[in-house]
Amino acid sequence: MKATRRKKRLDRSIKVRCEGLYALSSWSEMAYLLAPRLLLILGLLLIPFFVDLYWQRVLCSAGIYALLALSFDFLAGYVGLVCLGGALFIGTGGYFAGLLNHYSHLPLFVTIPIATVAGAAFSTLVLIPCLRLRGIYFAIISFMLPLFAVYIIIALNVFGGTEGISALDTFPSIHLELYLILAAVLLALFAIRRLVNEDMGIILRGVKDNDQAVRASGISITAYKIRAVFIAALVGCFGGAYLSHLYGWLGISLFAMDFSILPIAATVMGGMGSLVGPVLGAFILTPMSEALRGFGQLRVVLYCFILIAFMVYKPEGIMNYLERKYHQFEKWEEV
Amino acid sequence: MAESPILQVTQLSKTFGGVQAVMNVSFELARGQILGIIGPNGSGKTTLVNLISGFVKPDKGSVLFKGRNITGLQPHKIANLGLTRTFQVMRPYHSLSAFKNLIVPLNSPRVKRSAAGRLGDMDAVAIDILEEVGFERDARVPYKAAGSLPLGYLKRLELGRCMALQPELIICDEVFSGLSMSEITSLIPLIERLRMEGITLMMIEHRLRELFRLTDRVVVLTFGQKIAEGTPDEVMSNQMVKEAYLGTETKV
Repeated sequence: MKATRRKKRLDRSIKVRCEGLYALSSWSEMAYLLAPRLLLILGLLLIPFFVDLYWQRVLCSAGIYALLALSFDFLAGYVGLVCLGGALFIGTGGYFAGLLNHYSHLPLFVTIPIATVAGAAFSTLVLIPCLRLRGIYFAIISFMLPLFAVYIIIALNVFGGTEGISALDTFPSIHLELYLILAAVLLALFAIRRLVNEDMGIILRGVKDNDQAVRASGISITAYKIRAVFIAALVGCFGGAYLSHLYGWLGISLFAMDFSILPIAATVMGGMGSLVGPVLGAFILTPMSEALRGFGQLRVVLYCFILIAFMVYKPEGIMNYLERKYHQFEKWEEV
Repeated sequence: MAESPILQVTQLSKTFGGVQAVMNVSFELARGQILGIIGPNGSGKTTLVNLISGFVKPDKGSVLFKGRNITGLQPHKIANLGLTRTFQVMRPYHSLSAFKNLIVPLNSPRVKRSAAGRLGDMDAVAIDILEEVGFERDARVPYKAAGSLPLGYLKRLELGRCMALQPELIICDEVFSGLSMSEITSLIPLIERLRMEGITLMMIEHRLRELFRLTDRVVVLTFGQKIAEGTPDEVMSNQMVKEAYLGTETKV
């Protein structure tokens, strides 16, 4: 008896030659591609309707961590710079926005964009001397710069010193707060995903894989690394500027280590190099850390257990795993 | 022969710690020629390539490319002048597909300035170049991840990366090493075609027989010093070269 039907992987029928190119011939194939993207967008936008004010606040800070995780994953996964500068980005963004608001009394919808760009420019400037360093050395320096900033602020007693500055403008409503950060996360996510497949992204990935060959190809790797750090800093500094207006306060805890560490955890959990994964990781880890608050100090232990479990049993991360499984969906087709 | 040489290396020297890697090496390379650089392991061939292409700064001496002093210039600036190189250890941009590997040089200022660079569709240009270096057109190979290609293709990809830059001089650091005889035989016409297109070549090689079929002149290095220069026949009959490769004769 001859078989008339066989199984065929869904993704095989629509992929054309290489990654990122598809030939769609039916609604179902289009739905296959669109479904996960729509799920993410709608999921992020609809969750706030199902939770109370407290958890809505948690989502806001999860959004900030998602931005940081995104910028970490972009630099580490696509440029080869392991940047632990999350705290640096949050701090500079936060201080720029807060100080502008405090001294010049500019409204927050002016201070946030200015702080995003100026903070990113400043962070990039301080990181430029370290761009020659690679791997762990760049990581260490980018990790130390926020500590450095804290001690300067304390020692010189500038910008409010250890006390910080309070009574900054806050957002008029929780909905604005929430949707501003969620929109920023989605925008940053799709923009960076787009970027890494453009010519500039290709060159950056070249720098990660073999920087010598990029130099022999007539391209200045420093110039491209500076651009990449600026882009990552833009994303991070927006988070910082937003944070200082979220709490209506700025202080040295904007340079806290959490902002450098948690994004890495989110990236490990979500899946390195997938960009979506780290965002997902941040939206899982931040609420989880809140939910575990009841355990007091034990919370950190539980948290670590979860991370270790991920590293040992699913080192590829949630997103890379799901993507692989999703691509393995099969359908019956006539022979 | 009034034309000035495309590459002029004078008294080039470099020490690493106490090791004299390259010592007072001088030679000239005329436009359109193929120059071979040979020498036993550790004789400073790759250091010489690094010195000329700007990856290592020389302690002493100068490199003139098209009459312009390029000593100590950064590698990407030298590449933009039209001097590029291959690497001995093949490390393609493994996460990118083969043709996307060429998008990097195609975005260099040198190519952007040229007529081809302004035309647009880089992907098509990249595919054309890959076909030129021996990738089958319309087969899936150019679209495969570069990390999954066999060594023979990687060598071609490396040459393609150089050609995308529209260079005037390519320094090939052991393109034949690690290849089977048949793979080498299929690479030789490609190198001959590069020369036909007016590209000057400098080839570092261990495979002397294949090299001598291609080169006009050969420079021999031992312990960082130039011990001989001339046509392949002249060099092979040189007593010092024989000693460098085989050692000296002694009575026991």
